[in-house]
Amino acid sequence: MPHPDTLDEREQRVLDRIETARGRRPKFRDERITMAHGAGGKASQTLIEGLLVPAFGSAALDVLGDAGLVAAGGASLAFTTDSFVVRPLRFPGGSIGDLAVNGTVNDLAVAGARPLALTLAMVLEEGLTAADLKAEVEAIAAAAVAAGVQVVAGDTKVVERGHADGMYLCTAGIGLVDERAAPSPAALKPGDRILLSGTIGDHGTAIMLARGEFELDATVESDTRSLWPAVDALLDAAGPGLHCMRDATRGGVASVLNELARASGVAIVVREADVPVNPAVAGAAEILGLDPMYIANEGKLVAFVAAEQADAALAALQAAPGGERAAVIGEVRTEPPGMVLVETAFGGKRVMDQLVGDPLPRIC
Amino acid sequence: MKFVDEFRDAQLGRVLAGEILATVEPGRHYKIMEVCGGHTHAIYKYGVDDLLPANVELVHGPGCPVCVIPMGRVDDGIAIAREPGVIFTVFGDMLRVPGADGTMLDAKAAGADIRVVYSPLDALRIARENPDREVVFFAIGFETTAPSTALTLKRARADGISNFSVMCNHVTIVPPLRALLESPDLRLDGFIGPGHVSTVVGCRPLEFIPADYAKPVVVSGFEPVDLLQSVLMIMRQLAEGRCEVENQYSRVVPYEGNLRALQVMAEVFALRPHFEWRGLGFISQSALRLSDAYRELDAEVRFSVPGVRVADPKACQCGEVLKGVIKPWECKVFGTACTPDHAIGTCMVSPEGACAAYYNYGRFARERAVV
Repeated sequence: MPHPDTLDEREQRVLDRIETARGRRPKFRDERITMAHGAGGKASQTLIEGLLVPAFGSAALDVLGDAGLVAAGGASLAFTTDSFVVRPLRFPGGSIGDLAVNGTVNDLAVAGARPLALTLAMVLEEGLTAADLKAEVEAIAAAAVAAGVQVVAGDTKVVERGHADGMYLCTAGIGLVDERAAPSPAALKPGDRILLSGTIGDHGTAIMLARGEFELDATVESDTRSLWPAVDALLDAAGPGLHCMRDATRGGVASVLNELARASGVAIVVREADVPVNPAVAGAAEILGLDPMYIANEGKLVAFVAAEQADAALAALQAAPGGERAAVIGEVRTEPPGMVLVETAFGGKRVMDQLVGDPLPRIC
Repeated sequence: MKFVDEFRDAQLGRVLAGEILATVEPGRHYKIMEVCGGHTHAIYKYGVDDLLPANVELVHGPGCPVCVIPMGRVDDGIAIAREPGVIFTVFGDMLRVPGADGTMLDAKAAGADIRVVYSPLDALRIARENPDREVVFFAIGFETTAPSTALTLKRARADGISNFSVMCNHVTIVPPLRALLESPDLRLDGFIGPGHVSTVVGCRPLEFIPADYAKPVVVSGFEPVDLLQSVLMIMRQLAEGRCEVENQYSRVVPYEGNLRALQVMAEVFALRPHFEWRGLGFISQSALRLSDAYRELDAEVRFSVPGVRVADPKACQCGEVLKGVIKPWECKVFGTACTPDHAIGTCMVSPEGACAAYYNYGRFARERAVV
């Protein structure tokens, strides 16, 4: 008679010890900053939770959301900032100017806030051509119009040749918190369905190919776009059943899910076969030994929706611009807490952990 | 993806799993070693273990090229990378491997010009583009990657690129396997043979395993269906009392190997009398250096390297893991002091390492049946 293979007690003790260690707030002990600190994985988390949060300790920051919430004169506002250091400046599907607008707009949108206004700071490298600068200023203006936000203040600095890749941009954004839902990691509940707003890995792959370092011949476009229309549709369809949202940028969908599983103490299970991936992205990832789940997006969100509202939410996402391939990719469970598991298309299971190190070039 | 998805077909996987189940002798425990780190990675990535009965155990072997590099070689590499004017090129996997005084990633952050390449030809291109710099390629890998290093060296010589050199850490697969089979604490029923190495050396060099040690070997591809079929072929050999080298990966591996690749390797490389393996100690005639004919492109000749032997950290049990004597989680520092972001041992660094694979992918309770 077959009987279940219970995990060796010693092995279980080791696994428990590891989870305890992982649950602790990480300490920032590194002697120097390495590229891994910017990659969105464990090293980035250590930098943020081990150095920045303790230094600036505020209730809003403790939540580690994409935007901080502040109350002002009766209005509830979301406030966020982001900087952009992509090389090359222009790539199929967009440019650094598009990213600078959409990146900040999306951080507001997934916090459940309607984006209102941006500030823009530019660090320009000596020798940058006026044509390149004009092109990016126009891209910023057009993206702001498309996203329905105004650029209301700004700053420029110029640094010597060799001190910036053409230009670095930094935007800050402010948005009005929408009252239809109060999304937050704390609202995640076992049974919630996980919705993904479309194909993954397009942006990171487009950048890698645009750099021409791999001699791969494929056309992949960045997915940079404002996510507010998708969020607006979700808020309409699911209301308070919309428990949490994140935009899956640096570190990809895998990093976002890990952050949330840890923050909420729940298990997240993803069905690999249900995750939409463009064939060109899947092919490039296969050749380069990357997992699309860890590749960056600039216009995709992950939403956690109560099971009863999941069908309506999916239909709303699919009807929103850029959401044609939205899908339900998994659900929230109780065990094992803090972990993300994948049911592989082959029929097995594995952990999908946080990214370690920096397998990818700078992409946003 | 055509020619890939077929080998990841869940339905086919279930059929093979059923056939494996039928070959199991109830109550018997089977230990099968996959030699190659690429296999270890694929087993965890696709959850192949979940389709096997619990008494068919896969044991992870020594075939991860990053995992077997000893600390002293990392230190030697970093010493070259710190020389003024040097651009040091390396595969990304190596960056986080700790030497006695930090990793190459640390050395890079501290100012050394260390660049990740995907092929030795990328390193040669960097040399061509930077004629006033010395470009060194840190070559690692089994017979799988050695031919591409050899061809790059031939190209460098043909094109007269004199600012390029190679620090050679290429190793060969048969000596560590023999060392493994000689170790008294090992109990294995069969081997999943290295697929990529065999595309170069062929299957014949593995014939000593059934001949001298009476263990079946099946050379396997790297997709989950390949792995299950290879397990099935080994289980059938065991059930039928056969013991031979079989080739599951015949779509890629010719039994005699790639004669042209072997020829190029023979021209460019020579056997080292001995080489230190992480956790396994010195193994004679187990690694390659540049041949005398290519001496002027040998980074160890061109630069002075400390060449100091550094003992493995005491707490680290990589050696026992590489031999399959203990499971990754049985190591004293696994998952606590030694994690992928702060590794003590090499097995925790490379995605092909047994510890990293288990830590990243396998760290949860599975539900499988014992037959």
